[in-house]
Amino acid sequence: MSDALAIAGHALREAVRRRVLLVVSLLTAVFLGLFALAAFEAFDSLEKVNGIVPIDERALAGGTLLGLAMFVALFLGVVLAVFLTLDAVRGDAERGLLQPLVVRPVGRTTLLAGRLLAASAVCAPYVVIVFLAAALITNAAGNFWPSSLFVPAAGLALGVITVVAVSLLGSTVLSTTANGIAIFMVFATGLAAGLLGQIGEGLQVDALETASSVMSWIVPFEALYQNGLHALTADIGGAAGVIVQLGPFGGASNVGAGIWPWAVAWSAVVLALAAWAFGRRDL
Amino acid sequence: MTAALSARGLSKRYGKTTALDAVDLEVAPGELVGLLGPNGAGKSTLVKIACGLVSPTAGAAQVNGATAGSRPARASTGYLAELFRFPSWARAEEVLALHQRLARSDGGATEREQLLARVGLTGEGGRRMETMSKGMQQRLGIAQALIGDPRLVLLDEPTSALDPGGRRTVREVLVGLREQGVGVLLNSHLLSEIELVCDRVVIIDGGRVVTEGRPQDLTAPGGVEIETSDGVRRLPDARREDVPRIVRELVADGTEVYGVQVVTGTLEDAYLAAVVGRDG
Repeated sequence: MSDALAIAGHALREAVRRRVLLVVSLLTAVFLGLFALAAFEAFDSLEKVNGIVPIDERALAGGTLLGLAMFVALFLGVVLAVFLTLDAVRGDAERGLLQPLVVRPVGRTTLLAGRLLAASAVCAPYVVIVFLAAALITNAAGNFWPSSLFVPAAGLALGVITVVAVSLLGSTVLSTTANGIAIFMVFATGLAAGLLGQIGEGLQVDALETASSVMSWIVPFEALYQNGLHALTADIGGAAGVIVQLGPFGGASNVGAGIWPWAVAWSAVVLALAAWAFGRRDL
Repeated sequence: MTAALSARGLSKRYGKTTALDAVDLEVAPGELVGLLGPNGAGKSTLVKIACGLVSPTAGAAQVNGATAGSRPARASTGYLAELFRFPSWARAEEVLALHQRLARSDGGATEREQLLARVGLTGEGGRRMETMSKGMQQRLGIAQALIGDPRLVLLDEPTSALDPGGRRTVREVLVGLREQGVGVLLNSHLLSEIELVCDRVVIIDGGRVVTEGRPQDLTAPGGVEIETSDGVRRLPDARREDVPRIVRELVADGTEVYGVQVVTGTLEDAYLAAVVGRDG
């Protein structure tokens, strides 16, 4: 564990020294600023048109804004996760950075665990902070609290950890560029699964909904996202509830409590595969 | 005494390409062994198997009695890769500190200072990699390989980026390692370096050991050159023992002798004879 922490500390120092965290913090501040502007404007507009629309506009606006914030937090978290890990094995080996570390009496699995720890320690708190900041802004702008803060935040955190795991696996067999492209395509697949489910629900086509559900479990960050989106707006009723549950980027869905152990087990299997592939790889 | 490195029937194939073919090699404690061979001969593959970066297809290698690549073997090995890089953002001190931690060395700041001094980088611990020349980084790489007092040091082209002063420093480091009883396998294209410091030379080509021995045994005698009043005379078949007789005869003949040089072949000649001669 001590060796994994040493590797994680090394990776975190790299993120700080290369100003990755600074750039991410600045750009996130810009995003949150724009989000705050949009939130205050949105709720201000609602007050002007109050009574014209026969639904709970405050819940509709708050739920939609937070659903959007959830998607953006996940997207930014995925970007961060990918760029912190996409060259962890093959990329670093091709640049000659990995060999001096691998020949030390540290297992290759430990090296991977260190990279997992470092990326997770950055990405998971990051998505939680962005989401909670968006929730605070939404509350300040429109006095709106979602049905749950914990489930969406935890879902985002576990979701990006699954992406870190799959990016580490990709880095053992793919070049840096190929791995980056592959992970974003996996992310897009999850996004498409969510949209497919929305279409299926809208058109009432069971096959599409089933395909969407299966796909979201195959790439569990999507199922966690849909689950979080559902928890976010579970208490909103009436027409506003229906609209908000559709979500801005993939529909909300109560996928069940099984998603949590599934996502953990899925990540463990992916990491085991990564360790196996890394262990067999000639450097 | 347990060999620092022992390889028996070591083979490595990458698909249809044979990088190593049944190589036997031994490095004793306190022995400096030079590994020579043309590009693609299998030298780096051999070194990588010894330090656990590459798995052999057949045969076995042991490092200080432990299977090469195992944790105990890696714990007693220092390695400098041919193509290595330290993170550009890191300071020399940080690089060494990380490797100390991973090598479980408790030498602390004292060991870091001593290692930096040993490779001629005294006072450079605070410098970032991006501000260091390639030669300085290579010296730091050698310092990194010596962390934790390894019993076997594997150096893959350790002087390729060094100026003459740097090469001399490395030679002194190598001699120091021999005195400490550390086995060293030195992979280099710089034959003059190997000739100067190595106790034994192993030449491999096409993945096989084609010749090995002490540098002085591999270099063939090249005759005698005598500078006389009639010009330089070359006697290619003459040997060192023949010199007094030859000089006596020349003087008796009335020829004035200004100088005599016993010519010996170089390691380069031996290398070319072993490799080029073999390749036809």
